[in-house]
Amino acid sequence: MKLWRSPLDADEKKPPHGKVHIIIERCKGCGFCITFCPKQVLEPSPDFNRRGYHPPVVTHPERCVNCGLCTIICAEFAIWTKADEETEPAVSPTHRK
Amino acid sequence: MSFEQLATHPLDDLLRVDRIPHIWCPTCGLGIVLNSFLTAVKESGIPREDIVVVSGIGCTGRAAGYVNLDSFHTTHGRALPFATGLKLGNPKLKVVVISGDGDLVAIGGNHLIHSARRNMDLTVICVNNFNYAMTGGQFGPTTPRQARLTTAPYGSYEHPFNLPFLVDSCGATYVARWTVLHTRQLTGSIKEALIHPGFSFIEVISPCPTVYGRRNQLGSGLDIVKYYRERSVVRNGIDTRECEIDYQGQIVVGRFVQKRKPTYLETMNDYLRQSIGEEFVPYQGPMDESGD
Amino acid sequence: MSRDNTVLTGAHFWDGDYACAEGAIAAGCRFFAGYPITPSTEIAERIAQRFPFVGGTFIQMEDELASMAAILGAAWAGTKAMTVTSGPGFSLMQENIGLGVMTETPCVVVDVQRGGPSTGLPTLTGQQDMMQARWGSHGDYEIIALSPSSPQECFDLTITCFDLSERYRVPVLFMMDECVGHMTEKVVVPEREKINPVPRRWYRGPKDKYRPFQPEEDGVPAMVRAGRDYRVHITGLTHDERGYPVINAECQNWCVKRLVNKIRDNAEKIVMLEEFQTEDAEVVVVAYGISARVAFKAIADARAKGVKAGMLRLITVWPFPERRVRELAERVKVLVMPEINLGQVYLELQRVVGDRCQTAHVPHCGGWVHDPNDILAAIMASGR
Repeated sequence: MKLWRSPLDADEKKPPHGKVHIIIERCKGCGFCITFCPKQVLEPSPDFNRRGYHPPVVTHPERCVNCGLCTIICAEFAIWTKADEETEPAVSPTHRK
Repeated sequence: MSFEQLATHPLDDLLRVDRIPHIWCPTCGLGIVLNSFLTAVKESGIPREDIVVVSGIGCTGRAAGYVNLDSFHTTHGRALPFATGLKLGNPKLKVVVISGDGDLVAIGGNHLIHSARRNMDLTVICVNNFNYAMTGGQFGPTTPRQARLTTAPYGSYEHPFNLPFLVDSCGATYVARWTVLHTRQLTGSIKEALIHPGFSFIEVISPCPTVYGRRNQLGSGLDIVKYYRERSVVRNGIDTRECEIDYQGQIVVGRFVQKRKPTYLETMNDYLRQSIGEEFVPYQGPMDESGD
Repeated sequence: MSRDNTVLTGAHFWDGDYACAEGAIAAGCRFFAGYPITPSTEIAERIAQRFPFVGGTFIQMEDELASMAAILGAAWAGTKAMTVTSGPGFSLMQENIGLGVMTETPCVVVDVQRGGPSTGLPTLTGQQDMMQARWGSHGDYEIIALSPSSPQECFDLTITCFDLSERYRVPVLFMMDECVGHMTEKVVVPEREKINPVPRRWYRGPKDKYRPFQPEEDGVPAMVRAGRDYRVHITGLTHDERGYPVINAECQNWCVKRLVNKIRDNAEKIVMLEEFQTEDAEVVVVAYGISARVAFKAIADARAKGVKAGMLRLITVWPFPERRVRELAERVKVLVMPEINLGQVYLELQRVVGDRCQTAHVPHCGGWVHDPNDILAAIMASGR
């Protein structure tokens, strides 16, 4: 969304920021999260998972505002966001940040 | 075959993760309906042991097998009377029926109109993908005219139901329709319906790319959902007569009906108490499990 | 309110339908869903009238399919549930009877038989649904079916039906007939303390170890009810012990064989028979329901004429009492079966007897009971 002027409290109020978590092996490559993310945080990955689907990859992590749309529109329960403060680092090779 | 994963989706505690991945096709909307439903369950705060899911036969019917709640996958068309028995057998339960357009409206049509008439305290999520998907894509009572399906190879020439109008006219007290794109409104509606006393009916328009979409060359589920984005209009409170859906036409969504009328149990108990007087003994609930 | 309305102790003059309704209430049935159909309507009417005094929920559903589905739901909610019907409605209920068998749901289905097929003779008697009771639903399965011969038995055996359904986690069919259902006779209801309905077989182990279809030693799994955080999944699809659908031949073999053997292996405990003068009999009449009562007259007449006749009355028709029938077949000349149909349970009799002895059939198309002389003629013809 393009703002034609800056909000007056832009210095004090920052939009929330979220961290995207993806369970690569659950993804069936439907593309809903990529298409409907309002901040274009995701793109299709050039790699594919074990079942041959291209999961999303986070190309613009700084843009994520933790809106939660990808969380709720994923039919496979494969992607979700968490607000920055709550995010724990993940170690699994099947879980990409 | 299990995939090792150390990450847990926020809804994994409400899913039978040993049954994931589910059988639904890529870009099918059913997973989104399940996601919205489980999100609503979580956000509603209703104790998990009180929620029971009943489904029928069909692609949507498989939903019962994926929720980590008491769930019953019953015979074709009979989810509603089964749910009625559950609710009357233990009125404390929150009984949710998740089933498809064929199951609820064709073979189950009689039960739909009577459950609505009785204002039975049930929450019904009717996923409408305009065909009988599980059996390969036959037309059904919600298929718009012209759509081509295996038992209507030249296009369907039957008039479809307008579901919100149907259940509204039968006495449903909460009626809404959303598409799978309207995930937040859908979740909100489900939350409202869960606490709404009486018959709540939520129609969810969902893409079926593998049969309905393919047989009518509508593209993938993503293309179909983009059509929802273009052609759906939110009209809360509109007269349900205006909710017809033509083939690839406008889809009116919204919360159409929300009113309070005594539920079946309220009416039954009040009436019997009045008619019989002091000797009336209301239903005492399920049997004692202590083994006496 | 101090009066106990649940068990109406004392002697009554009731018809079979009323006695059945009272038996259900005495057994602890507190949920009824049904649809009116002659000649079972009176059971529903009696229950509609009585339930508000005993804390039961009555609902008249929109059709028989809904009625059967509703009682399965109520059973899983944790209550004893019953429905009643006759031939045409029994046909409609078959699919969900199958669901009840597959999900091992305790409940009682009463079929007050009338003349068939199709709409048939709504107000007149028949025993023409007996094979349908055994095989009416699709697929391989075993079921329990009882048949009463008097209003007293309509009371007593309804309680037995509930007991068997709880003990074996299976829908139990109560195959009445219009004659017994509409016959008015003395029915004695005992004191409440003398009626000990079998409680539901509740699971008692640790919650996380619960498997809804894991059989216990007698082949029957323990049950839970919805709403106790067991998070059971119950489906009509072929399933494993967790209740999850597993669509392959191996699971089918496990699942279906277990359902069938659950009844077959316990058949001796389930079967109930009445024997009358069989010790020295040369001709034994094998009968059930109202036909057995008529046959008693024929047996008395035969004895008077010097033929040693006796009766094996089937109180349990399914599972069929194979062992006892074969034993009798080893030493009698003939087994005679009168039925108000053109040969249904008779087929099973022939199969079980083989060529151990002769069998004779006394069919009747329905609409009335046998003339005892017809049964007598069959006894005399074979007694020679």
